[in-house]
Amino acid sequence: MDFQALEISFRLAIFTSLILLPIGIVIGRFLAWSQRRWTPLLQSLIFLPLVLPPTVMGYYFLTAFSGQAPLGGLWELLFNRTLNFSFEGLLIASVIVNLPFSVQPIQYAFNSIDRDLRDASLTCGLPFWKAFYKIELPLIWQGLAGVFVLTFAHTLGEFGVVLMVGGNLAGETRTLSIAIYDQVQAFNLEAAGQMSLVLLALAFACLLALQVLGQFRQKRHA
Amino acid sequence: MDKNRLSFNLTSLNNIPLNIALDIHSNELVALLGPSGSGKTTLLRCLAGLHKPVKGWIYSGDECWFDSDQAVFVKPEQRSLGKVYQSYALFPHLTAIENIMLPLHKLTRQQAKSSATEWLDKVNLSGLQYRKPHELSGGQRQRVALARALIAHPKLLLLDEPFSAVDQTTRFKLRRELALLRQQIQVPIILVTHDIEEAVQLADRICVLHHGNVLQIDKPDILMSRPKTPLVAKLLGQQNVFTGRISRKEKNHIILDWQGKKISVFSDEAYSTGDEVQWVLPPQGILLHRPDRADDGNGENPIHGIIEELVALGPHVSISVLPAHAPTLPLRFFIPRHFADRQHLEVGMSVSLSLLEKHIHLFESSC
Repeated sequence: MDFQALEISFRLAIFTSLILLPIGIVIGRFLAWSQRRWTPLLQSLIFLPLVLPPTVMGYYFLTAFSGQAPLGGLWELLFNRTLNFSFEGLLIASVIVNLPFSVQPIQYAFNSIDRDLRDASLTCGLPFWKAFYKIELPLIWQGLAGVFVLTFAHTLGEFGVVLMVGGNLAGETRTLSIAIYDQVQAFNLEAAGQMSLVLLALAFACLLALQVLGQFRQKRHA
Repeated sequence: MDKNRLSFNLTSLNNIPLNIALDIHSNELVALLGPSGSGKTTLLRCLAGLHKPVKGWIYSGDECWFDSDQAVFVKPEQRSLGKVYQSYALFPHLTAIENIMLPLHKLTRQQAKSSATEWLDKVNLSGLQYRKPHELSGGQRQRVALARALIAHPKLLLLDEPFSAVDQTTRFKLRRELALLRQQIQVPIILVTHDIEEAVQLADRICVLHHGNVLQIDKPDILMSRPKTPLVAKLLGQQNVFTGRISRKEKNHIILDWQGKKISVFSDEAYSTGDEVQWVLPPQGILLHRPDRADDGNGENPIHGIIEELVALGPHVSISVLPAHAPTLPLRFFIPRHFADRQHLEVGMSVSLSLLEKHIHLFESSC
């Protein structure tokens, strides 16, 4: 069992989910309630990772993270290390790849807030931030919890982009899914089996949590 | 000085029709009556600042809330108004008292709680303060919504079909409570409804809307007895709208030719002999003569006809009579059920009626 890979997988999944929550809230809320003409463009951009092969995503990340590209160059200038094949690079890639899994459910959650309730928070005189944290957030918290679990589970299982962007550096970018691949390549099927079982159990627990959250939401709306 | 008087003149800038100017005094309740899509709810949303594609202006007392020419737009949360929604719009995660306290967010929690407790008492909900909205009945939810709308002493109260989602018994109770509550607040109130009875019971003036335009605004009794146009009469549920011709004029009276029958009408309006006019007769202007008594023929505007339809509606019976001289133009009205039973009324029976001349209303000839 590669505990170092398990720790990196966990770290990556938790950071990705935490970073995606505020990003998902801002973009999801905007997409849910904005009527601007260019929102379909933004929506399509966010959905790209769902349909593109991980190799294509990985290729563009490698290009953008290289020292010659503006983002990679700036990163090297600021932190004196490369984004490619680093945990930070992996994290940025993971956040972008998981955007649709975060934005869409949050957008649906905001959409499900009744127009009268939104109007009422204004006619009660609540300023923007108070309406946001006293009314909107409590109304969508199950949706947010669901998004956290979903992005966590999806990041744990991510393989293609992680391999492309992170390579396979032990202690830096080797996640559990990459470690399983390594063990299979080395015909060490017993170790691969153990780690697969851990991922399977984690994935199942996450999906179970999502179902429980869904039932809780249904009960509340009933 | 009427410091809370509401004045507005609003015209829609999109495909939702709206072209309304009104002036509403403090402590005046104006009911907006009209069919679905007549612009009632849109108007309330405009006044609250929730619907923006409009031009014109809104003043609450001296305060300008909106003026498209001067580019003034006060945000909804900064307009001092209370709104009660048809769906109650109570926040499901907050208790009754937390919902009511919400508009007092600038006060300390203690002050807000004390004021909310007073309001719970005013709307007869003491003891239910810690219940969530789903643990309250429809009537109780609407009382919470009303208290929440009034707690911050708004300068305008908007009621968007507030009683339509509750049962009839609760509706009557809530109407009574609103009428009582009005005595304690000095603000203009706009009530959106499509219930004529509710508008008549509660409103000081009724504004009839159609396709975003004001067709008529008047006191309930005037509106019901003197609708300006046949369309207003029909929107108010009047069914006896007919066309006739001015036959001759007498002092304070007009003799109307209705399908060959002469009808006497109280009127000092300026009509010329030969003018074609439309007229309306509310149900209470039709008197059914007792069939068991011989008709002496001297009744007021006597009409003979045949009962076409009899439908029992609780203690009343809706009756439709086809006049012998105009068998395609039924006269519809109500009679007490015990009268119909005692007189053994049935479909096809010959009856005689009187059209009470003081109830007959002639529309202006331009209509």
